Amino acid sequence: MISREQRTPFSEWWWTVDRLLLAAIVVLMLGGVILSLAASPPVATRIGLDSFHFFNRHVMFLLPSFIVLIGVSFLSPRQIRRSALVVFAVSVALIMATLLFGPEVKGSRRWITILGINIQASESAKPAFVVLAAWLFSESARRPEMPATSMAVGILLLLVTLLVMEPDFGQTMLILMSWGALFFIAGMRIVWVLGLAGVAAAGLFAAYLFVPHVAGRIKRFMNPASGDTYQVDTAMEAFSNGGWLGLGPGEGIAKRSLPDSHTDFVFAVGAEEFGIVLCLGILALYAFIVLRTLSRAYASEDLFARFAAAGLAILFGVQAAINMAVNLQLLPAKGMTLPFISYGGSSMVSLAYGVGMMLALTRHRPQIEVESASRASATPGYA
Amino acid sequence: MTEPVTIRVPTEPWRRRLIRSLLYGNNVDRVAKARARVGFAMIAFAVVYAVIGIRLATIAMVGDSHSARRSGSQDAVATARPDILDRNGAILATDVKSPSLFGEPRRIIDKDEAVELLTATLPDLDTIEVRDRLSSKKGFVWLKREITPQQQQEIRRLGIPGIGFLRENRRIYPSGPAVSHLIGLVNIDNQGIAGIEKWLDSNGLADLHRAGFASDRLQQPVELAIDLRVEHALRDELLKAQEKYKAKAASGLVSNVRTGEIVAMVSLPDFDPNNPREAHDPDRINRLTTGVYEMGSTFKTLTLAMALDAGKANLNTLYDARGAMRYGKFAIHDTHPAGRAITLSEVFTLSSNVGAARVALSQGVEAHRAFLKKLGQLDRLRTELPESTAPIVPKRWGELNTVTISFGHGIAVAPLQAVMGINAVINGGYLIPPTFLKRTEQEALALAKRVVRKETSDKIRYLMRLNAEVGTAKQADVKGYYIGGKTGTAEKVVNGRYSKKQVLNSFTAILPADNPQYQLLVMLDEPKGLPETHGFITSGWNAVPTGGKVIARIAPLLGLEPRFDLPPSERLILAASRGTP
Repeated sequence: MISREQRTPFSEWWWTVDRLLLAAIVVLMLGGVILSLAASPPVATRIGLDSFHFFNRHVMFLLPSFIVLIGVSFLSPRQIRRSALVVFAVSVALIMATLLFGPEVKGSRRWITILGINIQASESAKPAFVVLAAWLFSESARRPEMPATSMAVGILLLLVTLLVMEPDFGQTMLILMSWGALFFIAGMRIVWVLGLAGVAAAGLFAAYLFVPHVAGRIKRFMNPASGDTYQVDTAMEAFSNGGWLGLGPGEGIAKRSLPDSHTDFVFAVGAEEFGIVLCLGILALYAFIVLRTLSRAYASEDLFARFAAAGLAILFGVQAAINMAVNLQLLPAKGMTLPFISYGGSSMVSLAYGVGMMLALTRHRPQIEVESASRASATPGYA
Repeated sequence: MTEPVTIRVPTEPWRRRLIRSLLYGNNVDRVAKARARVGFAMIAFAVVYAVIGIRLATIAMVGDSHSARRSGSQDAVATARPDILDRNGAILATDVKSPSLFGEPRRIIDKDEAVELLTATLPDLDTIEVRDRLSSKKGFVWLKREITPQQQQEIRRLGIPGIGFLRENRRIYPSGPAVSHLIGLVNIDNQGIAGIEKWLDSNGLADLHRAGFASDRLQQPVELAIDLRVEHALRDELLKAQEKYKAKAASGLVSNVRTGEIVAMVSLPDFDPNNPREAHDPDRINRLTTGVYEMGSTFKTLTLAMALDAGKANLNTLYDARGAMRYGKFAIHDTHPAGRAITLSEVFTLSSNVGAARVALSQGVEAHRAFLKKLGQLDRLRTELPESTAPIVPKRWGELNTVTISFGHGIAVAPLQAVMGINAVINGGYLIPPTFLKRTEQEALALAKRVVRKETSDKIRYLMRLNAEVGTAKQADVKGYYIGGKTGTAEKVVNGRYSKKQVLNSFTAILPADNPQYQLLVMLDEPKGLPETHGFITSGWNAVPTGGKVIARIAPLLGLEPRFDLPPSERLILAASRGTP
């Protein structure tokens, strides 16, 4: 047991961090391992790799993810701001490099290989962007003389432009939604929120009109008979096959025919083998993580901590919700991973980074520290 | 928190203040507002996750009930049918459970492997067809129905995913071809498609199946009037006769005179209901109900009954049979011309066409037609068997029609129909619709319709007995059973002309003639002349001896007591008839 008597950095962390939230995240990561064991071997076999290729890599990525998670959760809000700025800058640079040098896969450039490691820079850009936006919004409240709101719009336009150039509509949507949510939470007048929603709707409509594959997906969702809904149909079949308790480990069939069973449709695969009870458990974990973080944000006195924690929770929660809703045919098909459950190295490390910041920002800090921090940041030119 | 904000507001340039108030509103506590909006986000997330949770639960419930339903109906794909028994309880048709092989194409991972393994195990599977079926996008396809347990075991060992078995009811007919036309058959889904099987479906069984109630419950067996022993004997003798006389077809029918029950019915060539492919051969139709034929001299029985019943003639009324009868450009001949005037009895025993024609003409065209109508010879006869054919009746019925129909030409009826008509004129005058189901005498009487007087019936029985004593049916007179009979040799129409070489022979027998219990009909289609028949092909040389052999075998089975030293028909039947007017 960690003693409260000596104030080591670790004991300080342990007694201030939200341990329930941490536990939920660790359980989710372990659940991801089990589901990877179920969902990834058929995919690996299908593309001619060793059956445990994806599973081994999934486990391999857990370690750095965990280190990032814990390490980031030690940071103070100020360190988080700075790290976010750095991560964002590096990510944007990498995305630009990707656009220039990255190979084209399935019609888009999303990956770049650096030192033999495939990196999807847009993943790490997301949490860093949310933190930066939260910071700018909180600054606009605290120091109105700074053009913080305009800067928030600026970084949004920068990132969205880059993501549309890849193109990666899933990430773009996620970024827009998180930014919009922060915009809303920052206390914008409701007319602007509605205006933003209108712009988003118009954007979606434009995408529907001008981007054929978006139009196709929406059409197929509205009218399943109009095209090939194989993936979604198979996923739905997996859910009903599984029933409450599932067919049992290894008994699933959908994973053999779903091309993205280890990423986008891992939820359905899990349902078929382990039952809807497991899905409800995973859903409960996500709900717990999101609501717990939001409630901590609600209680937080520090504007930046509140905005950033809320923004990260929203980013995390929206991503999970979209993935599950697509699996359950509640939304049109959209390539989006299930946080910590789906396979993906960049995604997992980035998620660990984001969730680590969430943990750091929801730590109980003595009021005096909060005040000194805000006073310190209030000093012009300090941060 | 708010303190620094309020301090700095006055120093704010007006442009920025405008933007700020436009964006966030004036005099708003943004910190409090932000907190409230985080609360709103929490509510929004709670709602979204709740929707996902509800969706999951709904799918789980639907999915569970779906799988439960499937396992519940696994044994009832081809639903159960009731057993069919003969009148003594012998099984004619029953259900046997056997596994059927199916595939679920959407679950099959490697179609080529599945096709290869399956065709290796079941060599009679068509590779291309199996591949087509497995390549479809359906959820369920049959691959092979009704495989053996051993094959099931072998396929199970292959461990192909997406391949499964359902236990199905397979219909089995233990007596094979003996009851073919009668029982009919079922298709692969155990639905009756012919004969009694189809009748079962159209009488409620199909509804039961649709409602899903007919699955594996014990169903009341259906008892038929048929006697399997009689059926076997009849079929055996007909097979022998068909071979001996090289006939194209042979058929026979035994019916209970008092109840209309059909105790045996054979129509050769027949088929094995266990092998449905044979049943579709058009040569294998049921010649007793589905075929219609010119019955020939058998019809004379009805002609004479009409005359006797009208009271305008008696057994001794004389008719001119000195030579051929001319009617317009047609001439009616007798096979064995008498060359003199003959009595009504002799018209029957000599089987005189000229005599029968004169008998019918003496009654008039309308009376003749009305009588045949009354005896059900002009309308389609419907029984339990779905297969039936309407008789071919002349559209305009003139004197010439009456002349030819009096001796059984110019009208084609189903033999079963003729049996019903003959039945009515020998059983005391009751027209009883024939049935394949068990029926008591009381039930038959309730359905019966009186068509001729009892005295007429007595006289016809006398004539038929006389015919066995001195007439054309002598060869069938099995001692002890006091048989009466009437032969018929109908010339078949070949290329629009009546042929002398191709004939349809029939023999109708009643036993015993003094108190008839059963009627037997034997028909031979195109029998050939043999040395022992001196080249003759008339009924008396083939159908009659066949009938005799049949009677010798079936009479004991039917429980008829042999009686010897009985007086001739004149004393036994006619005297008894006069004694009880």
